[in-house]
Amino acid sequence: MKLELKGITKRFGSLVANDHIDLVVEPGQVHCLLGENGAGKSTLMNVLYGLYDPSDGEILIDGKPVVFKGPGDAMAAGIGMVHQHFMLIPVFTVAENVALGNEATKAAGFLNLDETRRKISEISKQYGFHVDPDALVEDLPVGVQQRVEIIKALVRDAEVLILDEPTAVLTPQETDELLDIIRQLKAAGKSIVFISHKLREVKEISDIITVIRRGKVVGSADPSASPTELASAMVGRAVSLTLEKKPAQPGEATFKVRDLTVVDHNGQHVVDGLSFDIAKGEVLAIAGVQGNGQTELTEAILGVQQHVTGSIILDDVELLGKSVKQVLSAGVGFVPEDRKIDGLVGTFSISENMILDLYDKAPFAQGIGMKPALIASHAEKKVEEFDVRTPSIDVAVGTLSGGNQQKVVLARELSRPLRLFIASQPTRGLDVGSIEFVHKRVIAERDNGTPVMIVSTELDEVLELADRIAVLYRGKLVGIVPAGTSRDVLGLMMAGVPEHEAELTAHKTLEGGTHV
Amino acid sequence: MSESNTPRQVNEVEAERSETLADEVVLDVALDTADGAMAPSVIPAASQGGQIPHAAGGSVFRQIVTGNAMVSVLSVLLAIVLGGILMAVTNPKVAETAGYFFAQPGDMLTEVFRPYVALVQGAIFNWTGADAAAQLYPITETLTVSAPLILAGLGVALAFRAGLFNIGAQGQIIFGALFGAYVGFTWHMPFPIHLLLVIVAGFIGGAVWGGIVGLLKARTGAHEVIVTIMLNYIANFLLLFLLTTPAFQRKGSTNPISPFLDQSALFPELLGPQFRLHAGFLLAVLATVFVWWLLKRSTLGFEFRAVGANQSAARTAGINVPRAVILVMAIAGALAGLAGIAQVSGTEKYLSGGVAASIGFDAITVALLGRSTPWGTFFAGLLFGAFRAGGVAMQAQTQTPIDIVLVIQSLIVLFIAAPPLVRAIFGLNPRKKKKAAGGPGSGTRPSGKIESGAATA
Amino acid sequence: MSTTTTQPGGGTSAGNAPARPAKTGATELVSWKAGIGLSVLAIVGTVLFGFMSPSKSAGFGIAEASNEGASSVAALVTFVLALLLSVGLGYLWFTRRRSTSGPARSSGPGTVPGWLPASTVAAVVVLGLAALGVAKVSKITLPSAATCWIAAVILLGLAGYTVYLTQAKRTAPRWVAGTFAAVFLIGFMVWIVAGGNGAEPSISLAGLIAGSVTLAVPLVFGSLSGVLCERVGVVNIAIEGQLLLGAFSAAVVATVTHNVYAGLVAAAVAGTLVSLVLAVVSIKYLVNQIIVGVVLNVLISGLTSFLFSTLLTADPDGLNKPGRLPPVDIPFLSDIPIIGPILFHQSLVGYLMYIAVIVVYLGLFHTKWGLRVRAVGEHPQAADTVGINVNRTRFWNVLMGGAIAGIGGSFFTLVSVDAFSKDMSGGRGYIALAALIFGRWNPIGAFLAALLFGFADNLQSVITIIGSPVPSQFMAMLPYALTVFAVAGLVGRSRPPAASGIPYVKG
Repeated sequence: MKLELKGITKRFGSLVANDHIDLVVEPGQVHCLLGENGAGKSTLMNVLYGLYDPSDGEILIDGKPVVFKGPGDAMAAGIGMVHQHFMLIPVFTVAENVALGNEATKAAGFLNLDETRRKISEISKQYGFHVDPDALVEDLPVGVQQRVEIIKALVRDAEVLILDEPTAVLTPQETDELLDIIRQLKAAGKSIVFISHKLREVKEISDIITVIRRGKVVGSADPSASPTELASAMVGRAVSLTLEKKPAQPGEATFKVRDLTVVDHNGQHVVDGLSFDIAKGEVLAIAGVQGNGQTELTEAILGVQQHVTGSIILDDVELLGKSVKQVLSAGVGFVPEDRKIDGLVGTFSISENMILDLYDKAPFAQGIGMKPALIASHAEKKVEEFDVRTPSIDVAVGTLSGGNQQKVVLARELSRPLRLFIASQPTRGLDVGSIEFVHKRVIAERDNGTPVMIVSTELDEVLELADRIAVLYRGKLVGIVPAGTSRDVLGLMMAGVPEHEAELTAHKTLEGGTHV
Repeated sequence: MSESNTPRQVNEVEAERSETLADEVVLDVALDTADGAMAPSVIPAASQGGQIPHAAGGSVFRQIVTGNAMVSVLSVLLAIVLGGILMAVTNPKVAETAGYFFAQPGDMLTEVFRPYVALVQGAIFNWTGADAAAQLYPITETLTVSAPLILAGLGVALAFRAGLFNIGAQGQIIFGALFGAYVGFTWHMPFPIHLLLVIVAGFIGGAVWGGIVGLLKARTGAHEVIVTIMLNYIANFLLLFLLTTPAFQRKGSTNPISPFLDQSALFPELLGPQFRLHAGFLLAVLATVFVWWLLKRSTLGFEFRAVGANQSAARTAGINVPRAVILVMAIAGALAGLAGIAQVSGTEKYLSGGVAASIGFDAITVALLGRSTPWGTFFAGLLFGAFRAGGVAMQAQTQTPIDIVLVIQSLIVLFIAAPPLVRAIFGLNPRKKKKAAGGPGSGTRPSGKIESGAATA
Repeated sequence: MSTTTTQPGGGTSAGNAPARPAKTGATELVSWKAGIGLSVLAIVGTVLFGFMSPSKSAGFGIAEASNEGASSVAALVTFVLALLLSVGLGYLWFTRRRSTSGPARSSGPGTVPGWLPASTVAAVVVLGLAALGVAKVSKITLPSAATCWIAAVILLGLAGYTVYLTQAKRTAPRWVAGTFAAVFLIGFMVWIVAGGNGAEPSISLAGLIAGSVTLAVPLVFGSLSGVLCERVGVVNIAIEGQLLLGAFSAAVVATVTHNVYAGLVAAAVAGTLVSLVLAVVSIKYLVNQIIVGVVLNVLISGLTSFLFSTLLTADPDGLNKPGRLPPVDIPFLSDIPIIGPILFHQSLVGYLMYIAVIVVYLGLFHTKWGLRVRAVGEHPQAADTVGINVNRTRFWNVLMGGAIAGIGGSFFTLVSVDAFSKDMSGGRGYIALAALIFGRWNPIGAFLAALLFGFADNLQSVITIIGSPVPSQFMAMLPYALTVFAVAGLVGRSRPPAASGIPYVKG
């Protein structure tokens, strides 16, 4: 099946999210859409999948124009999509999820799940998936959940499969497995649209690359193009992929974590016996695939996790068992992983968000009364200092762009003297310009002599910021390695392979010469 | 960062602008879900703090016409018209006079407008009164009736601001009245002290009953809507039971009513004995000022608002969320408890099974109409007080059942909660064009928000 | 199997604990809630039933005198059937249990499905009742002091066992709570009846239960309406309004058309109308669903009261004399002693209730429609991406819920009393809401919870007649207090549909 997009334009009010995009996807081809966060890739795919009506332009299948009124039409036409956030119902079984919207029924509308189970095992056999149709989706690891999503598309006889940032939640090993699956699908004659901003994968899997920038196709590239070339095309200017920073000058280790264990409400040890130190003027990056205990680790330090045992010492003071307020007062600056949920109150003004954790401290409050004038002047100053682009400090923070929102969070957290700075996923969803700004600020704080802990699932970010790297796997510390450790070793460690073994394996692979 | 013309900066500005715009489209639909970061908030987002930038463009006139104030006015108008139609249709005299409408249209119109004329006469100014006192009596009656409505409405509004739907004002009023009345008729003390103690007792009574809700919500996650509904019934049955016990029942009476409160425990009459208006109204004014200060100028109010708008962010910022939830429910309960005091120490002067009437439920509509702001609630309380006071006069004069007031009140709130509905009815929809252009949607963002909302809910 | 696992009531908290073999360490977290809750209740029970036990005996009439004689065949047949069923189910349960050794998982072959223990217990209860019927026992008299003390000791024992288990970091099995509830109920009933006036106080158990079922009818319809709406992601606070307008319309239309069945249809239409407003305002205009519900209740209370005071009181004969839906006996089944009069001597509305419960249950958990409905209530975005129209599904479900609640409303004017009066639903819409939560968003659970609330309601009026140590106001409070306990988690963790109350804005 040949799929063509001609002059697709999508406007939201005065904003043009997609501007006359042309795209051709040939059968048996992996077509990569490369672009920054917010470049319009997902919008385009949602148009293709029938979730949005295009404002202009047309979609052609095998040369014939089609109109999709909803995802149902798109699926009927043979288009399947694996969304970045899985579209699975956690409390349903795999079979129920696969059946949904495409149910096999017996008489009177009664479900025939056996039919669905049969189809699932058929597809599982064909592609080597190991999926239990009766498992509850919420009990499955993300990698398997992703396969369920692929099964969902295949059950509906999809000829074109759209994968939206499919590797964001996978380990490097799971990513390799996914790429294998994609190759199999390609061999079976399916077309794949692979959306990503990760250059390495794109280079590895694609037959053709289309680069999108600010809603427009800015050109196509060959998979053999160099990463720097691709990055420049994506961002629209020459980029240096590395951050300039001075070597770290670590001082005394003032932050010590010992035997930290966090038990979740199911009784699982989501953080399991962690011990590490961070010295003044040093960045320790916590690497690992999403969901391996990073969130719980940072929240345990902040004091919002229950069932925590072990010890967290900052400047010889035990933080464990203290309230969030006490932890913050001890000099911990905290940038949460999801700024919209944990970092900001979207309907509050910028000035209110600037004092979200300082509202009851002098000089912003005296007793129970607050000082609006001081709060406003503080906000003015910080907006200036952190270059927050906003018409006014009274604007609701939820209306700012992601980059500006993150600047507000940073401005707030860095506006008081810190003894420890923790930032989780500090650049998630930001454009390149904002990423650079955030990284510079983080390094500046390190150079101030603050111990810094960065949690990131992006290996690039880890390698860029870290002075030392701690790798987490299933709540356990796989090892702490120096900044210069190779990607392959880190990748293996992120899959739980101990450091020395990882080094050996990586070495062999390199000798074999199969890796980039 | 100081060089302003580097290409990188230009790019960044543009990228950010486009993202801002995208967010704005989202804002269009996400307003009522508190930025979507949590389960939909019960409060109109505009009142949650900060400012919501209005869509640019359009003339000043258009903005006024389509703005919130206009929607409120139109909502009231629409509700009154609908109420009028309902009264006209059910009034046999209207049908009678309609028979000769073309001969004497005045007769029918008089019949149609008679109830409203009586309502205005009973609520604001009685131009047929013999002297100034009789003419002004209605407005003082309105103020008297609105005092408990305002107080209880403030309780509901305050809880709204903390993201809690307090349907329990009814029970909290009962508890306030229960505590206050007990102090009022069992203890005997000189005037200002006794009244003060009664007020304190009412405050505590309401705070206890509201605080229980906060406690259950904070400690066990029990949904406050369910808990408050249930506690209303429990409070009511408890009141009915207590009024049969010797401690509360009036001596020598077989009815479930309490003794009269001591004279020293009553609010002084403000305009002399010929008017019912008492100092409870001043209490309502003071409470409004207090709630305004609490929300706008105090750290506690900041905590409440933050918890209401985004609980996870509040917790991450070191705010003790359970404490805020318990406290806000206790204060909300206390305010409703004061409404109970306005009843027993002012209007009723004794405790009976019907002490709370339907004030607790009216308070919800008052808070909604007032968009959960203190002064909005104050004026909404005055309006609904006028409806109540006027309704009584209307029922007496024109035999129109006072229930029509409930219909009008609820219609007002329904319309105000759905501005697009009102605009659609009156054919003023500023966003219509934009919506059509925006097609079905505005990005995958809302979906992410819905997900996250589900996660935090 | 797979369909049962997704029911909220399908498993215990222990059974549902997701087994993640991937994770290495695991610590069993056992909440102290159950232990503390049961202990408190056991102590209360001991004080009330034990130390305050009345000296009189308590009599429980279990069969209507009129029913005797004619029903021995039915009793015998029921007895035999119940015996076979109990043995069969019990055997099945036993063997299934044996085959699952080790830590139980909720899914996978060989585990005990949730319905099995419940149906076994039900079969045994029926067996017992049928046995009483065969033996022609018409009244049981219990020495209250002894019974109460035995109950108190059992309660204390069970509470102690739970505390012991919690101490040992184990979760108490489900039967502990079940037995506790049953024993508490028996102790309570004996205590309350024996405390009545007269030398040998007694109540008719059959009458009590039959009355409970009748009183539960509007609650069941109301809570089914709630289930349908919440399962699809719309909170329905307007049940009260739906019941009330249903009652009003049934009365007026039945009177005007001289046809009670037309009244029934009108009630359904009226309920749908309320739902229509709820659906349009909350789904199309995105107004907070709770606000709309509360406001609708006020609106309908005002509207019906206004119309009642103006039109209906002016012309009661022409507008408010609907006549009644007569009770219908189902041949043979209604002859079964005790059970027959309770279950099979109902009005049309009562039988519609059974049908509605079964249809809604099967529909939600075993059909294509139900799968889609639940998907929309759990994760609307996911439903949207597989081509399900979320808001349309919500819209129709809310309307359907309204129709069901409307029929429930007709109970007030066509079955219970034969005229409409102001606010005659009397807050039952809110109790229905409570039943829905108590029943964990499951039609069967909601049905049972509604029965419990109907029982409490009926018990209150019965003991007011015989006189009792408990003031009737406290009995009236019981459903509300129970609900507070339920939502506070003392009875068990309940999990509403994830997207309930959240408007869906299509991407």
